[in-house]
Amino acid sequence: MLKITNLHAAIEGKEILKGIDLMVKPGEVHAIMGPNGSGKSTLAAVLAGRETFEVTQGEVTFQGIDVLVLSPEDRARMGLFLGFQYPVEIPGVSMVNFMKTAINEQRKFRKLEPLSASDFLKLMREKKEIVEITSNLTNRSVNEGFSGGEKKKNEIFQMAMLEPKLAILDETDSGLDIDALRIVANGVNKLRNRENATIVITHYQRLLDHIVPDYVHVLYKGKIIKSSGKELALELEEKGYDWLKELVD
Amino acid sequence: MTTIELQEELTNLYNDRSETIKKESSELINSFRNKAFEDFQRLGIPTRKNEQYKYTDLMNYLAGDYTYEIAPAKLSVKLEELFKCDIPELDTHIVLVLNGFYYNQNSFSALPEGIIISSLAEASLKYPEIVNKHYGQYADTSLDSLAALNTLFAQDGIFIYIPKNCILKRPIQIINIGYSHKNLRVTSRNLIIADKNSTASILVCDHTLCKQSFITNSLTELFLDEGSRIDYVKTQNENGNSSQISNTFIQQKENSVFTTNSITLHGGLIRNNIFAKLDGEGAQNNSYGLFFGDDNQHIANFTHIHHAKPHCTSDQLFKGILDGNSTGAFNGKILVDKFAVKTLAYQKNNNILLSKTARVNTKPQLEIYNDDVKCSHGATVGQLDNDSLFYLRSRGIGYKEAMHLLMYAFANEVISKISLGPLQERMIDLVDRRLKGELFHCENCKIHK
Repeated sequence: MLKITNLHAAIEGKEILKGIDLMVKPGEVHAIMGPNGSGKSTLAAVLAGRETFEVTQGEVTFQGIDVLVLSPEDRARMGLFLGFQYPVEIPGVSMVNFMKTAINEQRKFRKLEPLSASDFLKLMREKKEIVEITSNLTNRSVNEGFSGGEKKKNEIFQMAMLEPKLAILDETDSGLDIDALRIVANGVNKLRNRENATIVITHYQRLLDHIVPDYVHVLYKGKIIKSSGKELALELEEKGYDWLKELVD
Repeated sequence: MTTIELQEELTNLYNDRSETIKKESSELINSFRNKAFEDFQRLGIPTRKNEQYKYTDLMNYLAGDYTYEIAPAKLSVKLEELFKCDIPELDTHIVLVLNGFYYNQNSFSALPEGIIISSLAEASLKYPEIVNKHYGQYADTSLDSLAALNTLFAQDGIFIYIPKNCILKRPIQIINIGYSHKNLRVTSRNLIIADKNSTASILVCDHTLCKQSFITNSLTELFLDEGSRIDYVKTQNENGNSSQISNTFIQQKENSVFTTNSITLHGGLIRNNIFAKLDGEGAQNNSYGLFFGDDNQHIANFTHIHHAKPHCTSDQLFKGILDGNSTGAFNGKILVDKFAVKTLAYQKNNNILLSKTARVNTKPQLEIYNDDVKCSHGATVGQLDNDSLFYLRSRGIGYKEAMHLLMYAFANEVISKISLGPLQERMIDLVDRRLKGELFHCENCKIHK
């Protein structure tokens, strides 16, 4: 589904990603861990098409198509989703309008008719339950005045609405209390199936207690320095990153 | 043409027509002309050396070959058939004004007792006891030459009186229509009085129904007595050949609340001058505006909010989106007198420039003569936020659509302050279409670029 080969990316001339290789197949959950500043969020942003980063080498194919030449919106329409570490507050754009526009633009891309108003509202109601959002989103602006937990729930809610093939969740656990973490993780688990895949970027093992990965990768200095099964996360929790860093430095 | 030549031309025009103009008008309206004449001679046409007009070059717009009409035009069709306001579910008392003249129509239905809506020319004869007290009292011709010019030529316009304790539920809708076979100079003069504890909503819509150029110099005086409230929404939608200078002078007494919302959708030159005097304790003035510019349009909002008594509040929010070669200006002054303690005065102006050649000048001015006040002001000029844009696009929303959503959100802060529901919806729709570069006028309004 996703194939990253020797990916290099830079910001303002400074190279952050220094040759990443990663293969994700349908149905899999990959966790990417690593110390601060290792390039985890950069990888997520580059995959989603953030233009502030420049890809200097390598290639990324998604469902067999070279996505590096595509705009962020076209990547999204192909089924790529980024859950933001810091979701942006957009005063004046209502959640309803935002989601309706997003869904219908994606449907248009797939040559489907726009959803009717009632079908759309029904879908909103249904998906809100997945992440236990009780508040009335209808009149609220995108993320405006949302608490940290609400913002992260809102990311998963959007993921539920858009049903992506590949979701990249960037530090979705940061800033969450135990209850919110459980809700967010449950949301992600409910959306898992054999057709889609998830990349979870995280600092901590605790999220992986809830979202159990098939593979764990450690990113350090812009490279994946170790890949293994889920037991690697536990080992990292216990021993930290230093023993791995030593292998590289 | 120079400003002096234009001044001469207008002076000659007045001298030529003054006899007829005076004959058609009441003694009261005539009695202000001599002083206005002197003031206009002294002040001249404002140039960019004039601080208040630093960013607006009037000469680009005011000179040219224009006809001046001293009597209402005769139409072969009924104006109400030529133009119908098509805002759904907006139920208003409609007043039509053609080229600055009150356009007679059938009497108003279901108007609460005591309310007067009429032609100003007629009112100055019929209700001298009210008109005498207020006409010319708030528009100081010695301060602003365009106010002087308006007073010099003033013949007609609208007169509205809301009696004591009257709460007018249906809004009054003044529709100013420019319609002529020749290019026209238009002067319109309005007087609106809200007596003690009265409440009313007034909607003013400006339209041009032909491609001819109009230069409109309008002046409206509003008096809000103790405890009265007026909501005053103005929508400006004229053709690109036309210029409009809209002067609004507001005098507010104790605990009165005046809210104005100027939505400038289109026009060649639009200059809105708002002069408000908070002349009673606890008075509140809210001045909001939203403007869009493209091509070579120029849109300027000038405000002068004078806090003359203690415990008054003023709030200003003006937002602009400028594209093409358009230029915008905001010049907002807050003046707080020595004894106007416990003043609260806020001012904000945000602008978005969509092209490299669009320009905006923004200038806040605070003149405060006591220590016991809370004032704030802020101005921004910029592009749309890249983080927000990326967030929207990462959900599959295309670049254009995402830009549109963000611009709409930007504009919505002003639109959401419009209290008339159906009008708010119409504005949402108009702004939406305006931002998409589609039709940006009401269905029935033929507009020519």
